[in-house]
Amino acid sequence: MVEEPTRNGLLYNRFDDGVMVTSVDWLLNWARESSIWPVTFGIACCAIEMMATGASRFDIDRFGAGAFRPTPRQADLMIVAGTVTYKMASRIRRLYNQMPDPKYVMAMGACTIGGGPYARHGYHVVKGVEMVVPVDVYVPGCPPRPEALLEGLMRLQDRIRMQTIARRGPAPEKTDI
Amino acid sequence: MSVEEIGSVLSERFGDAIIEFVAAGLHPHAVVAAGRWHEVATFLRDDPRMGFNMLRSVSGVDRQAQNELEAVYDLIAMAPPEGSREGFWAARHALAVKVRTERANPHIPSVADVWPTADWHEREAYDLLGIVFDGHPDPVEDEAGRHPRRILCPDDWQGHALRKDYVFPEAYGGIPGRSEIDASKPVK
Repeated sequence: MVEEPTRNGLLYNRFDDGVMVTSVDWLLNWARESSIWPVTFGIACCAIEMMATGASRFDIDRFGAGAFRPTPRQADLMIVAGTVTYKMASRIRRLYNQMPDPKYVMAMGACTIGGGPYARHGYHVVKGVEMVVPVDVYVPGCPPRPEALLEGLMRLQDRIRMQTIARRGPAPEKTDI
Repeated sequence: MSVEEIGSVLSERFGDAIIEFVAAGLHPHAVVAAGRWHEVATFLRDDPRMGFNMLRSVSGVDRQAQNELEAVYDLIAMAPPEGSREGFWAARHALAVKVRTERANPHIPSVADVWPTADWHEREAYDLLGIVFDGHPDPVEDEAGRHPRRILCPDDWQGHALRKDYVFPEAYGGIPGRSEIDASKPVK
């Protein structure tokens, strides 16, 4: 008698106790959230806290996010750390456009959320980086403590965990940069 | 030399170009007429009794009540007197000079050739207050005339940001500078 080919998946019963849910989504999201590589984008004071987060005491590398890339073309995450000025805004947009999908933006600090201490009278401050790039996570503080930045990273990981490859996201808009 | 002596030397030499001399108080200063400021500046640097060889900073002031713009030059004479052991940074004397000009068409001669510090400081005073420094070594020619190049704001920025009657732009480069909510709040 010819044995019927098994209908179970490739990973069925390979692991003890049925611990893992082995959908492709889960695997891909786990891989993506554990290796979010930020682009070094410290603009002002929040950059110091970002450096502190990358250093040994708070260690962002235990989340897999310690490989800061100098070029946006190899990065997943842009942590906008510092005050955004009008002069800088066009450069931020250009660097954001150079990041490949899937890309995320974290607005770190009060200045990037709504202008921060410069919201009322800052003549050259863009009141929030969301006017320049689309933001995924906001981390309030002036500057936020490294623990707060790590919490922002974990909220971003939650967001990545919710993604699914069953539906495609919107097509990226064409830009000439 | 004491401040009063400096004052008397200046008044004697330049007469009515020195509009006012205030020796007392925390900030002894001379008020000099804008037309002859370059001459006075060269004298202040080169005369051996004065010897003001360092310009610490140029500050711009918007005197809206008197309808004038003012540039304040903080000068200091370094180098110790003969026989002193204190070293190069000892200051002999310090003086401030205030040059006032009208708000509608502000022009002050540039002293960037006298003290190189003035180069960038004058660019900042132009950028943020609109004081045009004639004879600046880094000029730009546009519909506003011949003026120093802006240093902080982008070159096509409209207006001078630290004037007391400055209003934020609606938008710059497509990014909004002011929202309707913001504009309707009373300015404290």
